[in-house]
Amino acid sequence: MLGLKKRDAGLLAIVACLCLFAPFLLNPFPEGSAMAQFNAGYPDLMQRLVIFGIFAIGFNILFGLTGYLSFGHAAFLGVGSYAAIWMMKLLTMNIVPAIIVSVLVAGLFSLVVGWISLRRSGIYFSILTLAFAQMSYALAYSVLTPITGGETGLQPKYTDPRILDGAPLPGQTPRANLFGLDMKASTQLNIGDWVFTFNAGYYIAAAVMLIAFYLSIRIFRSPFGMMLRAVKSNQHRMNYTGLNSKPYTLAAFVISGMYAGLAGGLLVAMDTQVGAERMFWTASGEVVLMAILGGAGTLIGPVLGAGFIKYMENIVSKINESILEQWFAFLPDSLTDLMVTLVYPFVGKGWHLTLGLLFMLVVIFLPGGLVEGGQRIGNLFRRKKTDPKSPDGKTTPAE
Amino acid sequence: MDAFLLQILNGLDKGSAYALIALGLTLIFGTLGVVNFAHGALFMIGAFCAVTFTKLLTLSHKVVDESRKDFLGNPMQVDVPYIYDWFGQETGDAMIDWAVPLSILFAIPVMIAIGFIMERGLIKHFYKRPHADQILVTFGLAIVLAEIIKYYYGANPIPTPAPSAFAGSFDFGAMLGMDANTIIYPYWRLIYFGFAALIIGVVFAFLQFTTFGMVVRAGMADRETVGLLGIDIDKRFTIMFGIAAAVAGLAGVMYAPINSPNYNMGMDFLVLSFVVVVVGGMGSLPGAVLAGFLLGILESFASMAFVLDAIPGLNQIIIYLVAIIILLTRPRGLMGRKGVMED
Repeated sequence: MLGLKKRDAGLLAIVACLCLFAPFLLNPFPEGSAMAQFNAGYPDLMQRLVIFGIFAIGFNILFGLTGYLSFGHAAFLGVGSYAAIWMMKLLTMNIVPAIIVSVLVAGLFSLVVGWISLRRSGIYFSILTLAFAQMSYALAYSVLTPITGGETGLQPKYTDPRILDGAPLPGQTPRANLFGLDMKASTQLNIGDWVFTFNAGYYIAAAVMLIAFYLSIRIFRSPFGMMLRAVKSNQHRMNYTGLNSKPYTLAAFVISGMYAGLAGGLLVAMDTQVGAERMFWTASGEVVLMAILGGAGTLIGPVLGAGFIKYMENIVSKINESILEQWFAFLPDSLTDLMVTLVYPFVGKGWHLTLGLLFMLVVIFLPGGLVEGGQRIGNLFRRKKTDPKSPDGKTTPAE
Repeated sequence: MDAFLLQILNGLDKGSAYALIALGLTLIFGTLGVVNFAHGALFMIGAFCAVTFTKLLTLSHKVVDESRKDFLGNPMQVDVPYIYDWFGQETGDAMIDWAVPLSILFAIPVMIAIGFIMERGLIKHFYKRPHADQILVTFGLAIVLAEIIKYYYGANPIPTPAPSAFAGSFDFGAMLGMDANTIIYPYWRLIYFGFAALIIGVVFAFLQFTTFGMVVRAGMADRETVGLLGIDIDKRFTIMFGIAAAVAGLAGVMYAPINSPNYNMGMDFLVLSFVVVVVGGMGSLPGAVLAGFLLGILESFASMAFVLDAIPGLNQIIIYLVAIIILLTRPRGLMGRKGVMED
């Protein structure tokens, strides 16, 4: 199907189903119940889940396949966002030109950055990309204020030219749309006490994510992907065989930059504003966390990682002291207090602490991320049935 | 001329901080071969050592002062720091005033202990893993350390003043025979520069003139051979890690009066220090120090008014720009050794 093997097609189908039914899956608690605040099925969060999924998929094409660890990927996201918002200011509020231009601009920018950074590898590459990203951030924040809006950032204004849209109706704020379909349009479905929200913007972003995911599967399975994996396992050997690996790594870098630009464009399409902090190095760090946590080098890993981080961020940061007290209320009073003091630093504002610890644990014990964890658990159950030494049909490349 | 001198002086204090952090980074990289992204966090913890020590000194108990009345007419309760009871009021006041320099004594054991725990508990297990894994795990550690500090000290910067004896500024212009007030420079920054120079001198002397330092240098050059000679090089490298942590910590302690410590300061310095290490040359100690001062001074030159008129925003990007140019033209950095991190 679609030129995919059965397993990959299955994977794509699973992700498609998850995306399609996300409004149900993320809203497990009935409206009005005490747990309702932990529902994650609201449009804003669901959009972010899939958009950061795209960002992580793109990062994984570079890091997972070639092993080049970029610490400056947020720069491409930011450049894509700025390009998209300018399209919305100058051309039309329709998201199609905005997204296309954001991908192209981010691609061009990553071509320049990649062409320079890829002259070095290892830690030097990481620092070069970091330097470029910090430079873009500093410039966007200060000198380029006429283009980027500096500290205030940019949002579409009433007075913008928007040559394709014509003059806006008086008293109406310009809203992002897809040929007239408002990105914020939602319908609600009530089943019993449950309320499910279906948002136009989310489904458009999810559709784009599926296309991005499909493309990444094709890249992983192509001879080009094979070449990138060869670069990761031993670049010296590649060079000795007389092959110039630079065009391949550069192509991977540009593709991954374009993915980041796409994510940036979509972010603007869903929420029409941009600020320079989107390019700060912590944002670059976050996508690294997503890819590693999910499992770098695997197809589904980055999507899982992005979803997991954004979802947990939403849940964990909502827990406060009184909720903790409710949870531990079944214990004797002194124990309740003890548990609350023990757990409190890790929830609410302490979400980053939990994330940092989790990330360290994953890097130390599970370098393959959540995907490897899943496989290990799967193997535990499978071992009883089949002999693990029998060939499993996969061939491991010789190092 | 005076503007020129002033910019060099302005660059020195930032340059000193860069040089000290970069020195520690290079020590760790040269000995253990580990890229430590948590080094900025050590700098930050050092600054918070100063904050903690100041708080410890001013720990106080309430004493009823019969001679004064509060607004209700009752005898007023006054906070009296414990050190007044122990050393008398005059010495106590002097100690509180000198809290930042005194916290050096507090910071050294704390930082060395943190360094040991970090190396033995975590970094040890990452020698054989790829550099990307080392970067990632220390990056995670940096987040964790920053968040712990944020939990206990809050997110706001905590002002930590220098001793009042160093509160003013030094008039360089008058000393050099120029008009008064052309070049003035805060005393504390001067102290910071002197302190940094002292630490750098001590580290170099330690490596150059002691047997321990000789063994460490031998280990940096060829770890395997030193091991074959029957020397437990791992133990010495652990100690070097502790020293590197202490250097970063001391840089942080003394930096607290210049820039009020907040939990994020480590990250800001780390990014720049890595750039400094790369410009200086991975694994080269003199290179790290040289590049630290050089980039600090370059940064302050780039923020001069006429430069900013010509190229706006140059001060924001000059360091990164220099790093990119250096890496592309002199891949080994200014003073990098052959064979270090060349893949």
